[in-house]
Amino acid sequence: MTDILIKAQKIIKTYKLLAEEINAVRDVDLEIRQGEFIAIMGPSGSGKTTLLDILGCLDKVSGGKLEVLGKDVSLLKESSLVNIRRRNMGFVFQDFLLIPTLTALENVKLPLLFAGLREESEKAIGLLQKVGLAHRINHLPKEMSGGEKQRVAIARALVASPKILFADEPTGNLDTKTGKEIFQILKELNQKDGLTVVLTTHNNELGSQASRIIYLRDGVIISREESGCHSRSV
Amino acid sequence: MRLMSVAFKNLKRKKIRSFLTIGGVAIAVAVLVSLIGFDTGYQRALAGDIDKMGYQVLVTAKGCPYEAATLMLKGGGGLRYMEQTIYDKIIKDGRIDKVTPQLIATEFDKDRQSGQGGIALYMGVDNSYLKLKPWVKFKVGNWFSNDDADEAIMGYEVAELEQRLPGDEIFVPNLNKVLKVIGIFERTGTQDDGVVFLPLKSAQRIFNLPDKLTGIGIKLKDIGELAAFEEALYNEPGIQVISMAEVKGTIFNLISSAKVMTNSVAVIAILIAVIGVINTILMSVFERTKEIGVMKAIGASRLDIFRIIWLETTFICVIGGIAGDIIAILGSSVVEYILRHILPYAPKGQLVLITPWLLGISFIGAVIMGLIAGIYPALRASSMRPVEAIRMGD
Repeated sequence: MTDILIKAQKIIKTYKLLAEEINAVRDVDLEIRQGEFIAIMGPSGSGKTTLLDILGCLDKVSGGKLEVLGKDVSLLKESSLVNIRRRNMGFVFQDFLLIPTLTALENVKLPLLFAGLREESEKAIGLLQKVGLAHRINHLPKEMSGGEKQRVAIARALVASPKILFADEPTGNLDTKTGKEIFQILKELNQKDGLTVVLTTHNNELGSQASRIIYLRDGVIISREESGCHSRSV
Repeated sequence: MRLMSVAFKNLKRKKIRSFLTIGGVAIAVAVLVSLIGFDTGYQRALAGDIDKMGYQVLVTAKGCPYEAATLMLKGGGGLRYMEQTIYDKIIKDGRIDKVTPQLIATEFDKDRQSGQGGIALYMGVDNSYLKLKPWVKFKVGNWFSNDDADEAIMGYEVAELEQRLPGDEIFVPNLNKVLKVIGIFERTGTQDDGVVFLPLKSAQRIFNLPDKLTGIGIKLKDIGELAAFEEALYNEPGIQVISMAEVKGTIFNLISSAKVMTNSVAVIAILIAVIGVINTILMSVFERTKEIGVMKAIGASRLDIFRIIWLETTFICVIGGIAGDIIAILGSSVVEYILRHILPYAPKGQLVLITPWLLGISFIGAVIMGLIAGIYPALRASSMRPVEAIRMGD
């Protein structure tokens, strides 16, 4: 069995803005293997988030071929993509995006409800403990700090046992110290549990700790680094 | 946790807005219940009033039949009289089951209504009166000692009003005549409760109307013969025949045109409530675009989102429906009080008739309204694409 989870071949994402066509992502070739920790880096507007959305099946490609777990998803509709996301992918966002009316525990259990899985409160509580929030289980998001909210978001992303965790600027709205803590949690998930993590970040210090760094500019991959070894290729 | 609780918690987020929207639905439901309740109650009470007259046909002196009918119902003044010979003639008709002559007279009593003055209503009747109205019972006392006695039997309300008991003497204003009260009827729920009864002959003598009658109430052996009976009386000079069925029909025709009006008001109230619900839910969907996007990202299907939004709308209408039913029940006595004061003629009995059936139908109507109102906002929400919803405003 191959350890390639996602394989992108010459994928293109085009947006129409008025009469102009904008290529947010151009001719990207990329393979994501089991157990990798990938950081997508680049300046604002370079297409990091667009690429992450496409790899996470939140958005559809305009061209090229995208395979997820050996299945071509390039032409699938949203109704089919949701099934792939449910079973294989977890998401963490820059502004946390918790449901404000639900408690930490309820937020974490939400993906189980949508996936039609048995609601394992123990599992959700266990994950909240793992991210250091045992004391916040029944708190609403408005009662928590940014770092705590992001921890809840991580627990929520993990509850349905995904194969890949996508994080879009997970430390972008946090102070340096809290940002490092959150990054540390993601790193541990990768190193101890073998979870594949793909994130975007502006932060060079954090990004450099990834097992692989992909630099984007104007929607094109301009360089790739692996474990600090500079093996540039354009 | 279920989708239902996710939806319910959303309503608690903007409490005032949810409360106002629920209030709109509740008012619409309450208006609907009250109006339909009034339609049925009023019609039933009016029918009851007419049926409790005891006769199917009323023979009166010629005049406007509706005026005469109103007179009979209201017991007002401006009466026309006919000769008693007509009565003697009519009673020979074999189709008649029961018949009773009556002479209505009114006097202005300046002491009534705490000195404001009011009409005192007198009715001369004979023994046949009780045969036509077998439900009329004595509360105390009994029938006149003879057919020309200076005696009176008082209706329930007039006796209450004047605090009379058998043995008391009452005074006929303007005529300086004293009558002895010998009986009081139980409440009948009809206009008869406000009448002072006296023997027919005494009434003719006291009010100086010898051999005169205002009306003859008739019950036929077979109601099917009504048309033929009316036809036979048609040629008698100076009289007219009013069938109560006709009166009822005419009044109900008037009511049904008023019904169209009241029903339109109810329809408008419901339309406004539906628009209010759609507006509220749509606004809340747009405000939660990012949340809906993230729910989709973490695995919510279109159907999941549709159901959450649809449930929210249904909650509003279910709660609004229950509240509306409660408001209608609690408010019915107030509505009844107001209607009694503004209606030109309010029949006895319950004017606003709220039945469990009516409450149930209105509640189900509110729920259906919610289901319909929720479709568009739910479709809008469910068709949002996750990435666009999440990245909105970034």
